[in-house]
Amino acid sequence: MSANGKLLDVQHVTVEFHIGGLVGGTLLTAVNDISFSLESDKPEILTLAGESGSGKTTLSRLLLRDLEPTKGKVLFEGRDVSTIRKRSEFIEFMKKVQPVFQNPFDTFSPLRRVEAYLFDTVKNFGMASNRRDAAQVVDDALHDVGLSLDEVRQRYPHELSGGQIQRVAVARALISKPKLILADEPVSMVDASLRMEIVNLFRELRDKQKVSVIYITHDLATAYYISDRIGIMLRGYVVELGPVEDVLERPAHPYTQLLKESVPEPAPKKRESWAKHIDLGTTEVKEYGRIGCKFAGRCPKVMDICHKADPPDVRVGQQTVKCYLYSGPVEKDAAEVST
Amino acid sequence: MLKVLRDLLRYDGRFRLAIILLGGVVVMILLSYDSPYDPGKSFVVPWDLPPSREHLFGTTSRGQDLFWWLTFAVRNSLFLGVVTAIISRVISVLVGLTAGYRGGWIDRVLMMVSDTFVVLPLLPILILLSFLLRESMNLLNLAIILGLFGWSFDARLIRSQVLSLRERSFTRTAVYSGTGGFWITIHEHLPFVLPIVFATTLNNILWSIGMEVTLSVLGLSDLTTPTLGTALFWANQHGALVAGVWWWITAPAMVTVVLFLGLYLLFTSINEYIDPRTRLRLIGG
Amino acid sequence: MTLLSVQNLRAYYQTQAYGISRTVRAVDGISFDLLPNEVYGVAGESSCGKTTLIKVISGNAKPPLKVLEGSVNYTFGERTVDMLRISQSELRRNVRWKQISYVMQGSMSVLNPVRKVIKTFQDIVDTHEHIKNKNEFLERTRTHINRLGLPAEVLNAYPHQLSGGMRQRVAIALATVFQPALIIADEPTTALDVVVQRGVLQMIRDIQAMSSNTVLLVTHDMAVHANVADRVMIMYAGRIAEEAPTESIFNAPLHPYTQHLINSLPVIGEKSTKASLKGSPPNLADPPSGCRFHPRCPFVMDECRTVVPDLVSVKERHRVACHLVKEDSL
Repeated sequence: MSANGKLLDVQHVTVEFHIGGLVGGTLLTAVNDISFSLESDKPEILTLAGESGSGKTTLSRLLLRDLEPTKGKVLFEGRDVSTIRKRSEFIEFMKKVQPVFQNPFDTFSPLRRVEAYLFDTVKNFGMASNRRDAAQVVDDALHDVGLSLDEVRQRYPHELSGGQIQRVAVARALISKPKLILADEPVSMVDASLRMEIVNLFRELRDKQKVSVIYITHDLATAYYISDRIGIMLRGYVVELGPVEDVLERPAHPYTQLLKESVPEPAPKKRESWAKHIDLGTTEVKEYGRIGCKFAGRCPKVMDICHKADPPDVRVGQQTVKCYLYSGPVEKDAAEVST
Repeated sequence: MLKVLRDLLRYDGRFRLAIILLGGVVVMILLSYDSPYDPGKSFVVPWDLPPSREHLFGTTSRGQDLFWWLTFAVRNSLFLGVVTAIISRVISVLVGLTAGYRGGWIDRVLMMVSDTFVVLPLLPILILLSFLLRESMNLLNLAIILGLFGWSFDARLIRSQVLSLRERSFTRTAVYSGTGGFWITIHEHLPFVLPIVFATTLNNILWSIGMEVTLSVLGLSDLTTPTLGTALFWANQHGALVAGVWWWITAPAMVTVVLFLGLYLLFTSINEYIDPRTRLRLIGG
Repeated sequence: MTLLSVQNLRAYYQTQAYGISRTVRAVDGISFDLLPNEVYGVAGESSCGKTTLIKVISGNAKPPLKVLEGSVNYTFGERTVDMLRISQSELRRNVRWKQISYVMQGSMSVLNPVRKVIKTFQDIVDTHEHIKNKNEFLERTRTHINRLGLPAEVLNAYPHQLSGGMRQRVAIALATVFQPALIIADEPTTALDVVVQRGVLQMIRDIQAMSSNTVLLVTHDMAVHANVADRVMIMYAGRIAEEAPTESIFNAPLHPYTQHLINSLPVIGEKSTKASLKGSPPNLADPPSGCRFHPRCPFVMDECRTVVPDLVSVKERHRVACHLVKEDSL
C-alpha cells in the first residue's frame, strides 16, 4: 500500500506527439498538464468525458502504461509506472490495473474461443496451480458478471451477444483481482437493450468488489448515471472536474454547458431547446495549436484574456474549472455566470 | 483433418480436379522408384521413337525412355520446389511475425535485411554462384540458395498484416492477459496470416521450379540430374524440334502444366477453406 | 396518398458453404407506409434487420440477400416505381439521387479528397443529368448550398480543410441537390460528437421542413428519434414491434420492448437504478417461435410462445404487435 493512501496519482502529465516528417513536423499535445488522483480506501467511478480528439484515449493508454508521458508522472500505489521495466514487474502491475475495450467484437479474436483468454489470464497471472482450480477461478469471475463457465464454454465471440462479450471481457479483467479497471467506451457499441446491464455491472464492481473504475466515454448520460466524479476533457485539457451531479447539473465551464445542452434528451416535448441552432464552424480549426483557452474560438463568453494564456484552474463550488470567468477577485457561483 | 478433406472433396470441384492431376504426378513419382531404366544411363532403348504403347512418351535422341526419365524429373523438380518453399516460408513467417509484432529497431533491422534481398538482382547472383559452386551445385544446395533468396517479399507482406493485427483490441486483450509476445504471435496473429503463407507457398514452389528451368536452359545447373529444366536443356541441345522429335519438348511441358495446374487448384481451394472469413462463415459468423 | 408502400416484405440471406446452408431471416413480414412530408424514424438494435430493410427499399438487394415475398412501391408524383422489378439502368438514371438519396454513417467519404468540393458536385450532377451550361450549374449549386445555410466558400475548399461536421453536412447537401422525394439517412450521426451530431440533425430537419420531402431516419439512438422524428418504427428481430407518432411512443409505449428501450435510457439529473433486460437479441438464423421477443419479455404468457402476434392498430396511427394489446382496446 502506498504511503500517501492514493491508488492512482496522476501528476501534471503531458503527452506530446510529433506529427509529420523529420523536418517541419508539428508537435501535437494530446494530453496537457493533467492531474487527478484516486483514493485507495474509497473505490469510485471516475468518468473522463470528451469528444473525439480530446485526449481521453491517449490518457487511458498512459494509465495502462501503453505510453510514456513526455512530462509528469503517473504513480500507481506510490510507484512511478514509468520505472516498471522488468516483465515480472509489469505482470504485477497488470494484475492490479486491467482494461476493458470499446468494441466487443474485436476484444477477442474471432478465430479463438473466448474461454481461451480467461484461462490464459489465470495461467499467466498464476491465479491457479492446476487446470481444475483454473476452471473454478474462471467460473467465479464469470459469476461476478452474471454468467457461468458453462454458458461460454466452446463459444466463439460471434456466438455471444455484444453485451455477453463485454461481460466476459469484464470477467477476464476481474480474474487477477485488480484494484482499478480502465473502461474505454465499454458500452458505445453495445445494443441499447443490453447496455444497462454492463453499466450496472460497473456500479456493482465498485460497491461489492471495491474496484475503482475509470470510465472513458463521450456519453454524458451514462456518465451521469454511473460515476461519482467526472472530468470533462477538451483538446488535451481537463477543463472541469468535480462530482458528477455538480458538473452536469450546474456546469461551470462554457464548454461543459454546450456539451450538456447538445445531448439529446429522450423527451419529444423538450425538442425545441435542443433544436436551437448552433454554430459548428466551417473549417477545420487547429484548436490544438491555439494559444490560451482551446475553447476561445467557440466560446459565447469569450474575453480578450482567453486568447493570451492558458486559463488557471479555479475552484468553483465543488468543481475545479479551467476558465477565466471564475478567476476574478471574487469567486462567483456557477449558476450566476451561466445565466 | 479428415473432415476438412471430406468437405473439400464433396463441395469443391477445384479440389477434386487438383487431386486427380496431382494424383497422376504422385503416381509418376512413385513409379520412379521402380524404374526399369537408370536415368543416368543413355542409349538403353532405341532413340527417337514417337510415343507408343511400349514407350508411353516416346524416346529421346539420347536413347532414353522419356516417360521413365520424366518420373525422375518430376520427383526432383517437386523436391526442389518443396524444399525451397519450406525454407523460405519458415524464414518469411518468422521474420514477418517478429518484425510486425516487435516493431521498433528489430523491425527496422529485419526490414532492412529483407529490402536488401528484394532489390538484389537474383539471376546474375545465381549464375555467379553456379559458376563458383559448379562442383557442389546439387539440387539440395540449389534449393537452399533459392530458399534463402525467396522469403523477403512475403516477409514484408506478413509484416504489414501483423502491423494491422497488432492494433486490434484482441492483441491488447492478450497483452493484458499477461500473454507473452511469442504466444500472442502464435495464437492471435498466425491464424490470420496463414492464408498468405499458403498462397505464397504455391508461388514459391512455382518460382523455384521455374528458376531451375532457367538455370538449366542456360546449362548452369547439374545437368546429370533429371529435372523438368534439364529435360528442356537436353531437348534443346539435340535440336529436338528441328529434328522432328516434338514429344521431347511436349512431354515435359505437359507434365509441367499438370503439376502447376494441380498445385494451383489445390492451393486456391485450401486457401479459401482456411480463410478466416470462410471459417467464420462455417462456424456460423 | 403515400410516398412508399411496403407490403408484407420478406427478405432473407441465403448462404451455402461446404454443405452448410444458412438462412438468416433478416426482414420477416414487414408492412408500413411512408407519407410525404414527414421524418420517419426506424429504431432497432444491431442485426434487427433495419439495414436489410434499407437495402431492399433502396433497390440494393443483391445475393445472398433475396426478397422472397412482398412489394415495395413508390409514388413520385404521377409516376409509380416498383422497386422489386425496376431495371438497374432505370434505377440509376431516374431514381437514385434524383428521387431517393442516401446519407450514411461517414458519408463524407463520397467527397473526393483531392478535388475541390464543387468538382465532386459537378461529377455527381453530370452523371445524372448532363451539365449543359456550367454557369447555370454553378449558380444552382450555390443557391442550393445557401438555402441549406452553408457558406458558399465551402464549395471552393478541399474536404480536408472542412471540419468534420461541415464535411458531413456538405455530403448531405450533395445528396439533396436534386431535391429528392425521399432521403434515407442511415445512422447519419453515429460516429460524430454530440455537438456535431446536433448540428447535422438540425440540418436534416431544416431540409425536410424546407422541401416538404420525406426523411427515413435510421438510428439505434432513441434520444435522437425523440428530437427529430415525427413517427417512429421499432424493429425487433426482423419484425415491427411498434409504430406510432413520436409523442405517443415516448409517452405511452405499448410494446414491452419499446417500454424497456425508453425506460432504460439514462437521463442527466436522474440517478435511480435502471433495470436491464435479460437475455440477448435472437439469432435470426434460428429465431424463437411465436413472438420473437418472448424469451426476454417480462410479461410473457403461454400464447406468446406459440402464436405470432399480429401488428394491430390500437389508436390512430399507432400499431403494435403484442398479445397484451388487443385491437382498439385503448
